Amino acid sequence: MQALMRPTPMRVKFVTPGVVVLILLALNGLVFLAGRFLFGIGAVTNLDNQYPWGLWIGLDVAAGVALAAGGFTTAALAHILRREEYNVVVRPALLTAMLGYTFVAFGVMIDIGRSYYIWHPIVMWNGNSALFEVGICVVIYVTVLYIEFLPVVTERFIGQMRLWGALAWLNQPVDRLLRSLDRGLSKTLFVFVIAGVVLSTLHQSSLGTLMIIAGPKMHPLWQTPILPLLFLLSAISVGFPMVIVESLLAARSFGLKPEMAVLSRLGWMTTPLLGVYLAFKIGDMFVRKTFVHLAELDLQSVMFVVEVLAGVVLPLRMLLMRRVLKSPALLFTAAMLVVAGVALNRFNNFVVAYTPPYSFGRYVPSFGEISVTVGFICMLALLYRAAVMIFPVISRPDRSLAPKDKFTVRG
Amino acid sequence: MKGLLDTVAAGRAALPQTTGYCRGKSMKKIDRRAFLKRSLSIGAGLTGLSAACASAGPKNILSTERMGVLVDTTVCIGCRNCEWACKQAHEIPTAPIETYEDKSVFDAMRRPDDKALTVVNRYADRTRPGVSHAVKVQCMHCARPACVSACIVGALSKQENGAVVWDTAKCIGCRYCMVACPFQIPAFEYHKALQPRIMKCDFCFERRKCGKLPACVDICPVEALTYGPREDLVGIARSRVRRFPKRYVNHVFGEYEVGGTDWLYLAGAAFADLQFPKLGQNPAPGVSESIQHGIFAYFIPPVSLYALLGVLMWISKHNPKTDEGA
Ligand code: SF4
Ligand code: SF4
Ligand code: SF4
Repeated sequence: MQALMRPTPMRVKFVTPGVVVLILLALNGLVFLAGRFLFGIGAVTNLDNQYPWGLWIGLDVAAGVALAAGGFTTAALAHILRREEYNVVVRPALLTAMLGYTFVAFGVMIDIGRSYYIWHPIVMWNGNSALFEVGICVVIYVTVLYIEFLPVVTERFIGQMRLWGALAWLNQPVDRLLRSLDRGLSKTLFVFVIAGVVLSTLHQSSLGTLMIIAGPKMHPLWQTPILPLLFLLSAISVGFPMVIVESLLAARSFGLKPEMAVLSRLGWMTTPLLGVYLAFKIGDMFVRKTFVHLAELDLQSVMFVVEVLAGVVLPLRMLLMRRVLKSPALLFTAAMLVVAGVALNRFNNFVVAYTPPYSFGRYVPSFGEISVTVGFICMLALLYRAAVMIFPVISRPDRSLAPKDKFTVRG
Repeated sequence: MKGLLDTVAAGRAALPQTTGYCRGKSMKKIDRRAFLKRSLSIGAGLTGLSAACASAGPKNILSTERMGVLVDTTVCIGCRNCEWACKQAHEIPTAPIETYEDKSVFDAMRRPDDKALTVVNRYADRTRPGVSHAVKVQCMHCARPACVSACIVGALSKQENGAVVWDTAKCIGCRYCMVACPFQIPAFEYHKALQPRIMKCDFCFERRKCGKLPACVDICPVEALTYGPREDLVGIARSRVRRFPKRYVNHVFGEYEVGGTDWLYLAGAAFADLQFPKLGQNPAPGVSESIQHGIFAYFIPPVSLYALLGVLMWISKHNPKTDEGA
């Protein structure tokens, strides 16, 4: 099967009705973003001195980091454990992670009051700060992701440099540069792959440490010293479902046959991961006896139940059924539930669980905040679409369109 | 009552006389100092690596000599002069002091924010009709401040004289300090697009540097605020509680809360009734710092994980069963 599949740039029309909608939503987000940069964060968001963090941190940043976990889980599976049959999903997952983290960086950039100081943590260190650790790891990991993606770029352009006009003289030297880059990378890429996995486990868990310092300001259903572990476990278990969702979406959007053999195995492998996460989550609840808060029937308890039942228990049950693993629609549903469940978990941890003692009314995201978040998601989708049309990311059956390029490197 | 005031006076007299010598001096000196500091910070912004940034991380000095303030809410008359003086001292626009006599502001609970570093709230006593308690609120200047531990760039630091101060040259405006502070104190200038600041009581750091009292302590007409070495203040507070057990609840708020704060409170009603947060005695940053340092203990965990993964990769590469596709 491996020999038949080959990453190829998708050849379709970029603009479709769906794409037009995405562009409009992205533009709407940009309008509000302009407002934020012209008049300050307060002009666009509902944040205040009681609720300093909101939708942008909870979804764009925290959920963004979690959902980009497909990058390191598939890399570990295909490159470290060398399960070659999963190579077809490595590149799409890598691309998602790369774009995802890029937008996480944008999310941080717009949420901090002094965006132009975003480089400060690189030179001003505070080793006690969980946020500092997250920041540094993310900076390094983004770099690693771009390096990991380089082989895809070299594969695309080696022997294909077609600059014209005044730039034509560049074709030769750039080609030579790409070839030497490619040779160097094929020997050293494993260093970056392992580094990527280590960095991911570090900052995925440190993201959980972030809210611990909020202490009693965080609702007891979520506030626990094992938050870093829960964050790491949930990130690991959302990696494969995210790949499943993406692959099925891409298959539909580009009219390809979904890779069900690989995807249902990924779905199957998700079950133990999700199970461990669930065990710790429930176990923690019993150890700290926080289940008493479930009887309070307020926003927090309802959100907690939704998060655990719809986001973990239900998809876990579904993925244990053969029928679900075999059907694209059902597999998609189950995977989507996991993805939404983890996204909700991050939102809950950073926004819903934050219940400060002094407050003048609850924080509810403003229309502007939602617009920016939606806009970012649309931009990400658009960039993904553009990237898979330019670079060989998505694998498709090789109908001997072209003989295998001798510079093909697995990314 | 007379005895009480005596104690207060005695407490103050016993303090080192740091006040006075600079009081009459013109504001010009401070202005120049502020200006110098500002130009320094611009320089810092330009070069990126000024003296301010060179010292990595917060200083977090915990001197036993550090100063604090004892707020006796049973003495406070709710005149709100401290609110006015604080704004004056920090160049925050304010209405004239006469308007502060308006007592209707007490109808709703207020919190310090970016336009007022301290506010006074008034609470009716739950059991004794007609009795009320005025409570001044500002940064508590914790001994182990959560905000200092949390700040991503070390813009907040605990100074030797007790003050927890904020450095505009470093701050990136992430607001993690606000998430971390157990007293919900730091505020942010949400409506500024350029250089929004974190605003919180700085224990009048600049004023005290030249020997002046904190502005609020200085103006208080009834000496509800006592400025002095924290260790002495704890003693004064305890002796007041001992000598007037009817007047005070038997609790010095801040003595042990979150590892101790340099501002201390005495009250005539349960602190919970006066909307003080209920906090344990462990320093707020304790858990997160130990987790953080556990994950990174001398970089051993990440490095061993790296090694482990490398070995795994090597094994699977040389395993004939999985090798076929490669
Ligand atoms: S009260 Fe809050 S802002 Fe003040 S020192 Fe303590 S943690 Fe920092
Ligand atoms: S807002 Fe400024 S002072 Fe507060 S944690 Fe962030 S960088 Fe530090
Ligand atoms: S110590 Fe200074 S900054 Fe703090 S409340 Fe008093 S006057 Fe304001």
